[in-house]
Amino acid sequence: MAKIKGTIVVDSERCKGCGVCVASCPCDVLALSSEVNGKGYPVVRMARPDACTGCASCGVICPDSCITVYRQKFE
Amino acid sequence: MAEKEVKLMKGNEVIAHAAIRYGCDGYFGYPITPQSEVMETLMELKPWETTGMVVLQAESEVSSINMLYGGAATGKRVMTSSSSPGISLMSEGLSYLAGAELPCLIINCQRGGPGLGTIQPSQGDYFQATKGGGHGDYHLIVLAPNSVQEMHDHVAEAFDLAFKYRNPAMILADGAIGQMMEKVVLAPQRPRKTDEETRAEARAWAAYGKPADRERNIVTSLELQSEKMEIINQRLQEKYRTMEEMEVRYEAIECDDAEYVIVAFGSSARICSATVEMARAEGLRVGLLRPITLYPFPKKQIAELAARGVKGFLSAELNAGQMVEDVRLAVNGKAPVEHYGRQGGMLFNPDEVLAALKEKLIKK
Amino acid sequence: MAEVEIKAENRVYAKPRLMLDNTMHYCPGCSHGTVHKLIAEVIDELGLADRTIGISPVGCSVFAYNYIDIDWMEAAHGRALAVATAAKRLNPDRMVFTYQGDGDLSAIGTAESIHAAARGENVVAIYINNAIYGMTGGQMAPTTLLGMKTATTPYGRDPRLNGYPYKIAEMMAHLDGATYITRQSVHKPANVRKCKAAIKKAFQHAMDGQGFSLVEVVSTCNSGWKLSPVAANEWLEQHMLPYYPLGDIKDVKLDPTR
Repeated sequence: MAKIKGTIVVDSERCKGCGVCVASCPCDVLALSSEVNGKGYPVVRMARPDACTGCASCGVICPDSCITVYRQKFE
Repeated sequence: MAEKEVKLMKGNEVIAHAAIRYGCDGYFGYPITPQSEVMETLMELKPWETTGMVVLQAESEVSSINMLYGGAATGKRVMTSSSSPGISLMSEGLSYLAGAELPCLIINCQRGGPGLGTIQPSQGDYFQATKGGGHGDYHLIVLAPNSVQEMHDHVAEAFDLAFKYRNPAMILADGAIGQMMEKVVLAPQRPRKTDEETRAEARAWAAYGKPADRERNIVTSLELQSEKMEIINQRLQEKYRTMEEMEVRYEAIECDDAEYVIVAFGSSARICSATVEMARAEGLRVGLLRPITLYPFPKKQIAELAARGVKGFLSAELNAGQMVEDVRLAVNGKAPVEHYGRQGGMLFNPDEVLAALKEKLIKK
Repeated sequence: MAEVEIKAENRVYAKPRLMLDNTMHYCPGCSHGTVHKLIAEVIDELGLADRTIGISPVGCSVFAYNYIDIDWMEAAHGRALAVATAAKRLNPDRMVFTYQGDGDLSAIGTAESIHAAARGENVVAIYINNAIYGMTGGQMAPTTLLGMKTATTPYGRDPRLNGYPYKIAEMMAHLDGATYITRQSVHKPANVRKCKAAIKKAFQHAMDGQGFSLVEVVSTCNSGWKLSPVAANEWLEQHMLPYYPLGDIKDVKLDPTR
C-alpha cells in the first residue's frame, strides 16, 4: 500500500522557538528542542518523524519562514 | 516662432495654467481662501483629458501633502496649494518629504494669522516657510513671487530646483499676489514626461515597482541607528549649503549708490519699489533688495551692502518682524536694521514705508 | 521504509521567493511574519513583483520594507492610504497596497483610510488588528476589547473611561467605493490559507480597477498581551473572534456604467 511521508528542514538560526508550528501540527510530530540556537532560542525539531505526512501546516504558519517541507510517496 | 500667449489672469489661476504647461503630473489639494481658484481652475481646464495630469480634491491638507509624498516617491512631478492654516496642517508631511528627500511643489498663498485669523494677505508665515515649520533640521526651497508673471515663472523654477536637489520647494505668495489680476506671458505647453521617462530618471531612488535589474528602492525618512541618522543629517546639511552657494536669487533696485536699503519680498517688495521712487524723488539715496529666494536667503548680498557702507536697513514685511532677523544676521552689527510692518491682513502704503524709514533710520 | 529525500521535486513548502533573508525584528510568534509571507507569495503568484509598490506604516511593521523584495515607501503615521492614493492614481498600471496596524489605519489615520475607501481607490489595505499598540509598548488601541488590560488601561478597558472599541471594516462596508471587505486571521494553518486567498482576491480586485479592498487580519501581539505565542493564538480565538468575526463582510462588483 502506498504511503505518504513527509519531513522538514528547519533553518535553525532563523527559528525563534515560538512553538506555533508545534501547536499547529495535526500529527503531533514537532517539539521544541532542549538545545538553543545562536540567539538563544530553542529550535523546533521533529520529535516523532515517522508520523509526518508533509502536510506543511508548520511551514505555512511559521512567522519566520524557517521551515521547508518535503513530501514523498512510497509505493 | 509662435506668437507669445499673453493673458490677463489672477495669480491663483495662473498657477494652474503654469502647472499644466510645465508638464506637472498631479495636483492634490483642499479648498481654502484665498487660493481656492488654483484647484477650481484646474478642474475647469480638465488637464487629465489633455496632458494626463491628475487633479484630486483631498479630504484635508493632511491628506493632500501625503498624496504629494506618495506621488513624489514614484518620481512624479506633484504639487499642492493652500493658505496659512492649511500649511500648518501640512507641516508633518513637509518634514517627511524633506527627510525622505522627495521633490515636490507647495504653494502657500498666505493669509493673516495666528489661528483662523483673516483671509486677507499677510507674510506671517516667513518663519514657518524658511525655518522648517515641521520637526527636525530641514529646509524647504522657498521662492517669493511679487507679480502674477512670477507666480507663473516660479512654478517651473520651483519644480526644477526641487528635482535638482530632491527637496520640496515652496512658492510663498500671499492673498494679494494670488487675487490680483495682471498681464502674464504663458509658457508654451511642454509634453508631460512618460512613465518610462520618469522611471528612468528616478531609477536610483523612486519606488515605482522594482525592475528585475535593480535592487529594491525604499523611500523613507527613518533610520533608528543614531550614527547613521547623523550621517543622513550631515548629508542634508551639505545639500542645503550647496543651495545657499548656488541658488540665491534676488533683485536689487537702486542699490548701487544707496545709503539706505529696504529689504522686502513678495507683495511688500512691490509696494516698496514705489517707496524707492518716492525717496529718490526727494533726493534720498534709497534702494530695495528683494530676496526672490527666501531660502536660500541672499545673506551674502546683504552683507556686501553693509560692508560697502550702507547706513541702515529697513525690513518691510506684512508681519510683526520675521525676515528682519535674517537681515540682522547678514548685516551682523555693521549697520542698524529696523523693521516696519502691518499685520492681520493690513497692507502698508509706499509713503508709510518711507515715513518709517525716515523715522527709524534717516533722522537718527 | 525509506526516508524522504530532500530534493526539489519533493519540496511542498519553502520560504517564499520574494521574502528576503533578513531575520525579522518581530517578536517570536508574531502574526506580522505570517502575513508578510502571504503577501510575498501572492505578489509572486500574480506575477506582480516588478509592478508592486508597498507602503509601510508607523508601528512594528514600519520595517516591512526589510523583508519583501519589492519597492517600498514608508508613510507618516496613519497617512498610508493618502500616500497610496497618489501612487496609484499616478501609476495606474501598478499594484499599490498599504500594510497598516490598528493604530495606524483606524486611530490616527481614520480620515485618510475612510476617504480612500469612499473614493474607491484601486488599492488594497492590509489591516493588522491586534487590539493593542505593539511598538510603543502595549497601549490601548481603538480596537482594544472591553476589559482588556493594556499599558494605558491597566485596570482593563472601561467604556466610561476609554470609550468602546470599533470595527472599521464594517464601517467601510457602508461605503460605495469599498467593494471587497474581509476579515481573516492567521492563528491556524487553515486560517492562513484562507487569508492568503483573500489577499490574492483583493490584489486581483485592485488590478482589475474594482475599487477599494480591505483585508483585516485579526492578529496576536503576544508580547503586548503578555502571553506565550501559542496561548495568544488561543486567546485570539476565545476573545477576539467573537467580537471580530471572520469572513467576507462585503464583496461586490462596481457598476460598470459608473
